[in-house]
Amino acid sequence: MHVDWATLAAIAVVAAAASVTVVLLVAFAVLGLSGSPARGSGGDGAPGTRSAAGTALAALCLLAAGLLVCYGLYLIVA
Amino acid sequence: MDVSLIVVLVVVTALAFDFTNGFHDTANAMATSIATGAFTPRTAVTIAACLNVAGAFLSVEVARTVSGGLVDETLIDPVVVFAGLTGAILWNLLTWLLGLPSSSSHALFGGLIGATWVAGGVGAIDFEAVLNKIVLPALLAPVVAALIAVVATYLAYRTTARARPEVVARGFTAGQRVSASMVALAHGTNDAQKTMGVITLTLITAGLLAPGSPPPFWVVLAAGLAIGLGTYMGGWRIIRTLGRRVSDIESAQGFTAETTSTAVILSSTHLGLPLSTTQVCTGSIFGAGAGRRLASVHWGVAGRIVLAWSFTLPSAALVGAAASWLAATGTAGVVVVAVGAAALAAGIYAVSRRNPVTAANVNDVPRPAAADVPVGTAA
Repeated sequence: MHVDWATLAAIAVVAAAASVTVVLLVAFAVLGLSGSPARGSGGDGAPGTRSAAGTALAALCLLAAGLLVCYGLYLIVA
Repeated sequence: MDVSLIVVLVVVTALAFDFTNGFHDTANAMATSIATGAFTPRTAVTIAACLNVAGAFLSVEVARTVSGGLVDETLIDPVVVFAGLTGAILWNLLTWLLGLPSSSSHALFGGLIGATWVAGGVGAIDFEAVLNKIVLPALLAPVVAALIAVVATYLAYRTTARARPEVVARGFTAGQRVSASMVALAHGTNDAQKTMGVITLTLITAGLLAPGSPPPFWVVLAAGLAIGLGTYMGGWRIIRTLGRRVSDIESAQGFTAETTSTAVILSSTHLGLPLSTTQVCTGSIFGAGAGRRLASVHWGVAGRIVLAWSFTLPSAALVGAAASWLAATGTAGVVVVAVGAAALAAGIYAVSRRNPVTAANVNDVPRPAAADVPVGTAA
């Protein structure tokens, strides 16, 4: 009996890399948009104010995630 | 039996199978989105239906074999296909009644294997191909998907642990709308294709199409609409099982589950070893449940689903074999099979009406207090 373990391993590695990457990108985008955590704000500045850096991080992450989604769409359509 | 009559019967049965395939698999893409409220139930099934129809038209790959090389294709005639489809439809309806997600492709292959077995003997079945293409992937697909989903979910919660909860919920809900749509589209390109292949190859064997022809436009349209309509009807029983009974799913978990499903389905399709969409999605949902808190997953539900999976192929094969044996006796046999299958389907539907699950009540499941809840509601 011949079992194609190499293909199965490749599927697992590619799928794991792709899904962990997309999930981490979205998670960091959420983190960036969330701003400083509420418990960190001592008094100055409203809790959870968005920093410019956070917004930039979010934009970058979402752009990268969007590109990966577009590649997925390309794979589905092509 | 008149050739054109059995061909018409096969086309109708194939479209009926496509319809059950649609509502059986709505849950794959939409169960967690409906459970977390990323989509309302109606919106979810509408989007899934549209994307399934779109997927049917997008895919350019033409199915070359009905059974993927599992059985001796020279023995497959329209009567065998009809018998196989009957087995697949009845198994799909029964698992839907019990609210269990099972693979529609495995049901189809099972039905065809049983029907071919009767028509051509045990030698017509390629058991090594069955082991390599069905049994082994069926064992591995949910495990691989679940493991990836556990890691992805754990990382998602770790990363966003210090973020504000309302932003986290909003962010992942938005992500879920995209990820659920990707699963639905990938499903449409895969599953509508199978029915098109069955119909096209039947037309070719009947001499109505030249060998090697692509599916005619009406076949693509009919298959797309059948799976879309089935998806729109929404297999609410299965959606409830996957969305509410596996675990208490939050939007972050829904997002990781669907992202994992899309990644596994796409990579497996493109690396040449297609895995069952249903099994991948079910595995992902269990993994995403376990990634947040191991104890919160109802493993009893998993046991019942695994049981259904292991019975899918043999049960559909048994019905397919019986149908094939009856239908081979002539026109009267075919009529008996058709009428009998329709009566059984109507009976299953009638039983389901005693305890209907609809768009309105799909999310109201009494919180299971114990570690397990009965899934079977066939009483």
